[in-house]
Amino acid sequence: MQNKEINTDFETRSLDAMCINASEINHPWWYNFKYIIAGILFGIILTKAEVISWFRIQEMFRLQSFHMFGVIGSAVVTGAISVFIIKKYKLKTIHGEEIDLQGKPFNKGQIIGGLLFGFGWAMTGACPGPLYAQIGSGTTVIIVTLISAIAGTWVYGLLRDKLPH
Amino acid sequence: MLEWLHKPWPWYVAGPMIGLMVPALLLIGNKTLGISSSLRHICAACLPAKVPFFQYNWKKEAWNLFFVTGVLIGGCIAATLLASPDPVNVNEKLLIELQQYGITNHDTLVPVDIFNWASVFTLKGFLLMVFGGFLVGFGTRYAGGCTSGHSIMGLSNLQFSSLVATICFMAGGFIMANLILPIILKL
Repeated sequence: MQNKEINTDFETRSLDAMCINASEINHPWWYNFKYIIAGILFGIILTKAEVISWFRIQEMFRLQSFHMFGVIGSAVVTGAISVFIIKKYKLKTIHGEEIDLQGKPFNKGQIIGGLLFGFGWAMTGACPGPLYAQIGSGTTVIIVTLISAIAGTWVYGLLRDKLPH
Repeated sequence: MLEWLHKPWPWYVAGPMIGLMVPALLLIGNKTLGISSSLRHICAACLPAKVPFFQYNWKKEAWNLFFVTGVLIGGCIAATLLASPDPVNVNEKLLIELQQYGITNHDTLVPVDIFNWASVFTLKGFLLMVFGGFLVGFGTRYAGGCTSGHSIMGLSNLQFSSLVATICFMAGGFIMANLILPIILKL
């Protein structure tokens, strides 16, 4: 019964969110602590790689440094090889669940939204991940940027049916 | 080793580590890497306001909120325990260009000359932080993902839609940084 409910939920969400929760297993809430650990690692890497640096983002968009292209490029290659291995050997999660990677269909949002996000990325020098890490690294004023980003997401949700997709 | 940890990490170390977050999240719990969805979950949790887009069981996605909390803590650890002793290395040309706009301090990753509490209430600061942040939130959700969700996770999964999104992220950034941002920074 519950599965059915979750599946309809999954359908609606999969259109919008990348980080859809494909797991059908219900764990106690404290299982989520492993994601804090993963997040901490991710935050340290983003910060130490200077991905959260406004200066690095400006260098990237002005073609003045290879650094960011190197980071993104090598991350994609590593990620793609990993996904290939996971699919090829049908690897399971540590809980024995099959890994389920849903594709995401193309729509106009990726073009219009993508350009708008690109503008915001160059202005703030941060994509959503670095926003959190910038706050953590001590630039508290970025809380304002984060709240604005939440507001932007909210306004998108409100206008969604009126926007071309 | 410790000294090496404190220095900024080169791209060929950091990039593959970021890439490995993809299989790590898949293997520990069938999760796909993505950050911008957390903004949606915050909306759904705090202010759903009968907007259909925010009517879903956000608690089931709570892992993502734990993950971004971790990213914040990670930023804090990197800036304190693993802090780099030197000013941020910035391209000479960029430094000279930024000097014209009064950005001379590059001790921190975020330029304090323009990103500080007092400047939120100036036109320049408002545009950069408030309007820029709005575009980040609106744009990523409209595109269905951000740099991690589309450019890292989506491209790793060889998705066409993520390739389009990534190209548009870059195009938007190039237009803003080269054509519009200089005007804003002169304000």
